[in-house]
Amino acid sequence: MFWKLLYRNAFRHRLRALLTVVGVAVAVLAFGLLSTLVDAWYAGVSAAAANRLVIRHAISLTFSLPIAYMEKIRAVDGVKAVSHMTWFGGVYIDRKNFFANFAVEPRSFLDLYPEFVLPEDQRSAFLKDRRGCVAGRGLAERFGWKVGDTVPLQGTIYPGDWPMTLRGVYQGRDKSTDENQLFFHWDYLNERLKERFPRRANQAGIFVIVIAHAEEAPAVAGAVDAVFKNSLAETLTETERAFQLGFVTMSEAILAAIRLVSLIIIGIIMAVVANTMIMSVRERMHEFAVFKTLGYGAFHLAGLILGESLVICAAGGALGIAGTFPALRILAGYVGNIFPVLDITPATLGLDVLAAVLVALVAAAFPIRKVITVRIVDALGRVG
Amino acid sequence: MNPAPIIVDIRHVSKSYRRGNQVIPVLEDISLAIAAGEFLALMGPSGSGKSTLLNLIAGLDRADAGAITVGGTDIGALSETELAAWRAAHVGFIFQFYNLIPVLTAFENVELPLVLTDLTRRQRREHVQTVLRLVGLEDRMDHSPRQLSGGQQQRVAIARALVADPTLLVADEPTGDLDRVAAEDLLVLMGRLCSELGKTIIMVTHDPRAARRAHRLRHLDKGVLTDVLETPLPECV
Repeated sequence: MFWKLLYRNAFRHRLRALLTVVGVAVAVLAFGLLSTLVDAWYAGVSAAAANRLVIRHAISLTFSLPIAYMEKIRAVDGVKAVSHMTWFGGVYIDRKNFFANFAVEPRSFLDLYPEFVLPEDQRSAFLKDRRGCVAGRGLAERFGWKVGDTVPLQGTIYPGDWPMTLRGVYQGRDKSTDENQLFFHWDYLNERLKERFPRRANQAGIFVIVIAHAEEAPAVAGAVDAVFKNSLAETLTETERAFQLGFVTMSEAILAAIRLVSLIIIGIIMAVVANTMIMSVRERMHEFAVFKTLGYGAFHLAGLILGESLVICAAGGALGIAGTFPALRILAGYVGNIFPVLDITPATLGLDVLAAVLVALVAAAFPIRKVITVRIVDALGRVG
Repeated sequence: MNPAPIIVDIRHVSKSYRRGNQVIPVLEDISLAIAAGEFLALMGPSGSGKSTLLNLIAGLDRADAGAITVGGTDIGALSETELAAWRAAHVGFIFQFYNLIPVLTAFENVELPLVLTDLTRRQRREHVQTVLRLVGLEDRMDHSPRQLSGGQQQRVAIARALVADPTLLVADEPTGDLDRVAAEDLLVLMGRLCSELGKTIIMVTHDPRAARRAHRLRHLDKGVLTDVLETPLPECV
């Protein structure tokens, strides 16, 4: 009886209920999309390994470090392995085809990043070919690349044409692994720099080290930075997580704005559902008076109103959550190159549900108070 | 033969309403005793206080002064929660405009008071079927109020009032929204409830024909009980 009443009352005015459900669905959908975008911003942070440290120039990331540092870093106590990466900033055909591309020391790089899974034959082919490169599965699918294809990158930081051969397509080991990057031999870059811009040769953007125990990170970082103290290129060593977080912090204002918009959306839908509930209860005040007359107490009446609000918000919430998945696929088509990892997380789904429940609770609060406090004779007086 | 025991005892009850700073007296020093199994009609002009008195007896409102005892319970001493539980157990209501819940069927409307009891679903079904049979609507139990005539809706309302087997039935202008034939049928039914089931009925009405069905008729005028008219018992059957 209780459930029948909830359902029938919730959809008594079908158009109004439907519009409210759609409103909740759109709000939950928007909330879910925005939360996923924020998560995507932090994807690099989530994917960071606890035992990897990044060494960069102490002044700025835009300054590179001498490649000669590599052996000195390797000699520091606690360092298990070392590699390096250089942001290349190459363009594929057109600037709008943006993706991250790096010059790396391939063997040590692939050892340091086991999350980039490459078939053994492709790995071997990549290591042997100085003009070879590997790309993530997402990137290869995006541009229709196949192993053996020539990928002509146009240099921006390092001018000129940089044709390279695709030797492998890696897959991400984890969901959070970015499959939209390209890596090629640092030697290829360095050799040409030696010819054309010798002063820019023998440099690396960053060094990446692996340490035996994550808890030794502060000590090892201190030791590395101490080695290069008072040199021409002092270093700043930090965990990979802190390094990635540094990028996120740069766009903190945008993230704050997105979060604010999410909250505003929830606030608006709260007002919409509250309005629906107030109207609905007001129209039926005499019915609630009848319930009170029959002996239904505050607990039952609150249950009826809250239940009705929950039915509407649950329907809208479920619709919104269901819609988030296809909407994300569509969104990925537009921003997939900027946000390579665009997956809705269980935490976001939990927040969606929480938002829907919160909206239901807040929307029901005022009508519940009204129904509980109204005198039966006053409410019955509304009829004839 | 022993006289029937007093079921409703009203002593020196007064009630007034506030409109802004103005206090409007509605009932003044009302005393009235109603015997178990009695069918009492309250008549009076609009604003005379008859519905207010009915509300006080049924525990829908509280008196400013005096005491109302129903079945030995001083209802003025009950908390809101206790009063709600008391109403559920002891009072059946029949309203002028039926006040059925439109999204529920006739059966479900009648079942409403029983939802608050400890009865099983099966027991509730049996009770509801019994009272719907009593009011002659057993074949309409799955109809929604919209699918029923005014007279049938009022019968459903009577079934709902009866289903929990209350001590007291209170009816506020029960024939006010019915045509003459339906009103007559309803009054016959109420008479049967009184004579066959021994229900105590208090009815507020403007209709002298309806009032004649009662055992006793009391007039209210400007918040004061004015006269006593006894109606012969056979008339109410």
